[in-house]
Amino acid sequence: MRRAGQRRRRLVDLGMKAAACLAAFVGIVFLVWVLSEVIVRGASALSWSFFTTLPAPPGAPGGGLGNAMLGTLLISLGATLLGVPVGVMAGVYLAEYGAGTRFGTLVNFMVNVMMGVPSIIAGLFVYTLLVVSLGHFSGYAGAVALAFLMMPIVARTTADMMALVPNTLRESALALGAPRWRVIVQIVFRAAKAGLLTGILLAIARVSGETAPLLFTALNSPYWPRTLSGPMANLTVTIFNYAMSPYANWQRAAWGASLVITMGVLTINLVSRFILRRKT
Amino acid sequence: MSTTRPFEQTQAAPAGPAPGVISVRNLNFYYGDHQVLFDNTLDIAPRSVTAIIGPSGCGKSTHIRVYNRIYEMYRDQRCTGEVLLDGENLLDPSLDLIELRRRVGMIFQAPTPFPMSVFENVAYGLRLHYTLSRSELMDRVEDALRGAALWDEVKDKLHQPGTALSGGQQQRLCIARALAVEPEVLLMDEPTSAVDPVGTAKIEELVRMLTSRLTVVIVTHNMQQAARISDVTAFFFEGRIVEVGQTTKMFTNPANKQTEDYITGRFG
Repeated sequence: MRRAGQRRRRLVDLGMKAAACLAAFVGIVFLVWVLSEVIVRGASALSWSFFTTLPAPPGAPGGGLGNAMLGTLLISLGATLLGVPVGVMAGVYLAEYGAGTRFGTLVNFMVNVMMGVPSIIAGLFVYTLLVVSLGHFSGYAGAVALAFLMMPIVARTTADMMALVPNTLRESALALGAPRWRVIVQIVFRAAKAGLLTGILLAIARVSGETAPLLFTALNSPYWPRTLSGPMANLTVTIFNYAMSPYANWQRAAWGASLVITMGVLTINLVSRFILRRKT
Repeated sequence: MSTTRPFEQTQAAPAGPAPGVISVRNLNFYYGDHQVLFDNTLDIAPRSVTAIIGPSGCGKSTHIRVYNRIYEMYRDQRCTGEVLLDGENLLDPSLDLIELRRRVGMIFQAPTPFPMSVFENVAYGLRLHYTLSRSELMDRVEDALRGAALWDEVKDKLHQPGTALSGGQQQRLCIARALAVEPEVLLMDEPTSAVDPVGTAKIEELVRMLTSRLTVVIVTHNMQQAARISDVTAFFFEGRIVEVGQTTKMFTNPANKQTEDYITGRFG
């Protein structure tokens, strides 16, 4: 009887192990599949001119997506400039001032809700706010839509990272006679530096690959970005348009754009991991 | 800012009463609706070491956390009564909190070096309270590190992170940081509970030396430590001060049965 019980236990153990391994394997297979497809198909589209020239008309050879890459960079930069300061300060409020207060609890709840808002809703919101009222699509509107998505992510990670800083560190700075704002800026920020930076980078990585919020804010453009107040070329909407087009050279360009944006996001992720690891 | 340096001050005998006299009158303390200190009254002489002993949760730490009003960091904590520092009620809401905390320093249970270099740790408080030239700053940092008996061990590591020091050294770094701004009172909340025996001995020796300059109030769980380093001992039990007296008397012939039971290890 004891032996039989043991065998059963071993079998269950083996079964669990097999199921877990299989699930992990399935997950990895799809990731590798997606990545390899993007790399293989995308690499064939890449060339120097792909980064430096404007798109070619359907069927015509050559051409590139230099305008869309620059546009994505500009929109992401604008979103970072708008979203990170507000997000960080909201995180400071949540971690340092608002904890336990009614308003703090409300803000905390709203941040969590905003994190779950589908990105197309952010786009729609900014569309009615900035596009309809001004009468045209614009790079600004795209940056605002992305900033809208960044804010809650940055606020959440900032608050969480600051909450990890032990209270005794705050107390000992306060006990030396430091005012609260100095404690936050000089001690808590410094102690949480790696985490804060990682949170910001991950938020940038997260929104720079968004398409939906740009579809009806920045729209797209076949020209070089001259001003942020007009429709602006960007990689993700270009992928959307080109991949659905019937032209082979556009479809190939869409794969190239996918590779560029994947690599960009991957790089940001790796850099943030590196920062966090060097800290610990 | 005064131009005298800490050690020159102690060599010249001060005229008049020494600063750092504390009188606690009818102090009550509450966490929300829960009262944890009851009618504490205590007199602390300047340039002495007062040990606060008692079982866990009896309000020892809470009591000294009133002296620099650090408890105010937490919304639900409040107190009533008076704590006079050199005759001035430090619970007066109009009191300059930053100056109070310069005059009343605090050392915590676990060492809390700031995430910066050894030098910057000590310079931090100085920069908060004074405008100093680079060379003055260097001198004051050195003085403070010497005052905390740490200079010889760290003089070649001034620009390494404070967290790279050993636990005992980190705690003495925190003491140096507190001493740098020339406080009148130093509160110590179980300062050796996270430090090894060698480090503890150094800190105890240091505490004895500090009484030439300031008043020390130390919370400790360690009876022997209280007996070794303090002049006066106060025994706390369930938020009340049961007995206060000369340490030698408290440990040999306590007046109160509870004190005797605690000191002889019958409870707590």
